[in-house]
Amino acid sequence: MAALLDSLPAVSDADVERVRAGRRRRSRRRTVALVVLSVLAVALFAAMLMLGNTIYPVSDVLAVLRGEDVSGASFAVGTLRLPRALTAVLAGAAFGVAGSTFQTMLRNPLASPDVIGITSGASAAAVLSIVVLKWSGTATMGLSLAVGILTALVIYLAARGGDSTGGRLILIGIGVGAMLDSVVAYLLLKAAVWDLAVATRWMTGSLNGSRMEDILPLAIAVVVLVPIVLFLARDLGALELGDSWATALGVRVDRTRVLLVVAAVALACVATATTGPIAFVAFLAGPIAARIVGPGSSVVLPAALTGACLVLAADLLGQFAFDTKFPVGVITGILGAPYLIYLLVRTSRRGGSA
Amino acid sequence: MTATLATPRRAPAASAGARRRVVALVVAVVAVLLAVLLSLAFGSRPVTVDQVVEGITTWLRGETPTDIGAIAVQSRIPRTVVALLAGSALALSGALMQAITRNPLADPGILGVNTGAALAVVIGIAFFGLSSAAGYLVLALIGAFVTAFFVYFVGSVGPGGTTPIKLALAGAATTAALSSLVAAILLPRQAVMDEFRYWQVGNVGRADWGSLGVVLPVLVIGTIVALLCASALNALALGDDVAVGLGVHVGRIRVVAAVAGVGLCAAVTAIAGPIGFVGLMVPHAVRLVAGTDQRWLLPLSALGGAVLLTLADTIGRVIGSPGEVEAGIITAFLGAPVLIAIARRTRMKAL
Repeated sequence: MAALLDSLPAVSDADVERVRAGRRRRSRRRTVALVVLSVLAVALFAAMLMLGNTIYPVSDVLAVLRGEDVSGASFAVGTLRLPRALTAVLAGAAFGVAGSTFQTMLRNPLASPDVIGITSGASAAAVLSIVVLKWSGTATMGLSLAVGILTALVIYLAARGGDSTGGRLILIGIGVGAMLDSVVAYLLLKAAVWDLAVATRWMTGSLNGSRMEDILPLAIAVVVLVPIVLFLARDLGALELGDSWATALGVRVDRTRVLLVVAAVALACVATATTGPIAFVAFLAGPIAARIVGPGSSVVLPAALTGACLVLAADLLGQFAFDTKFPVGVITGILGAPYLIYLLVRTSRRGGSA
Repeated sequence: MTATLATPRRAPAASAGARRRVVALVVAVVAVLLAVLLSLAFGSRPVTVDQVVEGITTWLRGETPTDIGAIAVQSRIPRTVVALLAGSALALSGALMQAITRNPLADPGILGVNTGAALAVVIGIAFFGLSSAAGYLVLALIGAFVTAFFVYFVGSVGPGGTTPIKLALAGAATTAALSSLVAAILLPRQAVMDEFRYWQVGNVGRADWGSLGVVLPVLVIGTIVALLCASALNALALGDDVAVGLGVHVGRIRVVAAVAGVGLCAAVTAIAGPIGFVGLMVPHAVRLVAGTDQRWLLPLSALGGAVLLTLADTIGRVIGSPGEVEAGIITAFLGAPVLIAIARRTRMKAL
């Protein structure tokens, strides 16, 4: 051991100082990024509350939030816009955390729950429960959650064994997702209540008609599960190095992974049961967040903020940028798919097999 | 040069393989006939054998039967024919795409061809007031071609060529983008939406003789071209260099076969909507039984596809009675497990 240490090049104070400076720089960048993302999220949230058919000034919005009765604004802001904005923030954060957790754990930016069919499962369950069986909100959440976890389990079991499980898992997930999407399409076709709002919600995700009383399960899920994922984020970083490294660093690999998968799937499923599978938010939030905060730090919190910003911004675009009001999922779908293709081309160019 | 390939040494194994293929052909033909009978006999109203016979004979004479069962049988004839033709076209299309890309996962559904066709049709209905079957077909063809080549291009960038994952992901991404565009075009237009909603799910029961007549030339030409390409595709399977050495125009045969493959599935999409997984499942099943010789694989796939889609439609009518479960749903349910099996068997990087 001593011989080994002797053979290493001497570490000078200058080297130590350089490493420390680098660490400080990265930590400063992370702090700045988190602050910027938070400010952006708050600004978008405020815009959601202020904009609409009637534009209310900040003072009115604040008055409504304090619970005062402002004529007109109380209904528009308090009953219509606030639930919508809250749903956007919570769903965005849930999708963002779920996506980045999957991506980090499976070490593949393509392995997010919306690409590999888990949100399709939750969506199919939600359609079955709401449109066909006419179940209540809580039962819908339960069924979505159960089917989402079952979907994840099926994909995992089907992909197990042999080498290169990551690629196979994605492939199988796409196939299972295609099957479940056809279930959604079928249930909507048969339900005889075909209306646009319902259909787009369960196919691409939408915030239309968000109500305060529907938010509770999602809020509970985000408040309980995001801290759990944050707590496990350190282990998640170790998992990214590979199972054997993680074990060597003292991570209980299996337990950590099961906890993380359940938390991430639950977040994705509850968000899907509330807003429908908002296309590509889970897939996009992690990579964007990673690019903003830079390498070497956990992306869980930045991904949550990025997801929230994405959903808020896309919904604002969908509501106000065009003559027709488009649901949020249509916007994220059109914006997200080119990024997926770009990512695919870039990975391929480097010679990776995605 | 291809003639020497066509007549391999008469090793015992080869002749056993040949016997197996002949048996497979006979079984496939019998299965097609059985599937037709089942499709005519089963549905929301069960009928007797006599009524099936009466329905067919009166139909052949161009008469309308008086018996209600026979009338039910007659009303099932168009959808049975559409299912047969659509199934064989989809399976052929899948087999061609798998041969050209040397990729086990090439399938019109996975490559996003269906969604491309759908987007083109929606654009036609929404912006050009289109409502004729011929118009749908032309647009579906254009949309299918553009999408297929785009997805194939994206999936083949990089040193590894097309790998199953790259291709599947390119298809999934393109499908997502295109369906968002479809939604964006449809949302402000409720009337178009009503017309289009049935497009979301593939179904052979909607087509009638008129629309079938429009796409029939495409189906016939596509099938003939596909079968003529068979021996060149055999050479292609040995690798581009060997194929060139064998006197095959590699580039030309790829383009011809690709056009035939995309044309076949676009024609089906134009009359029946998106039906996935037939092109994926059937060629793989046939390959297990009859080997990889394209001269057998292609015709057997066509027969197998006809059987599969006709049965899927029949099953959908029986379990969905008194309504129906669309054939596209049934094939998706049968297809996903097959996809999983293929994904488990193949090495992901290679191929």
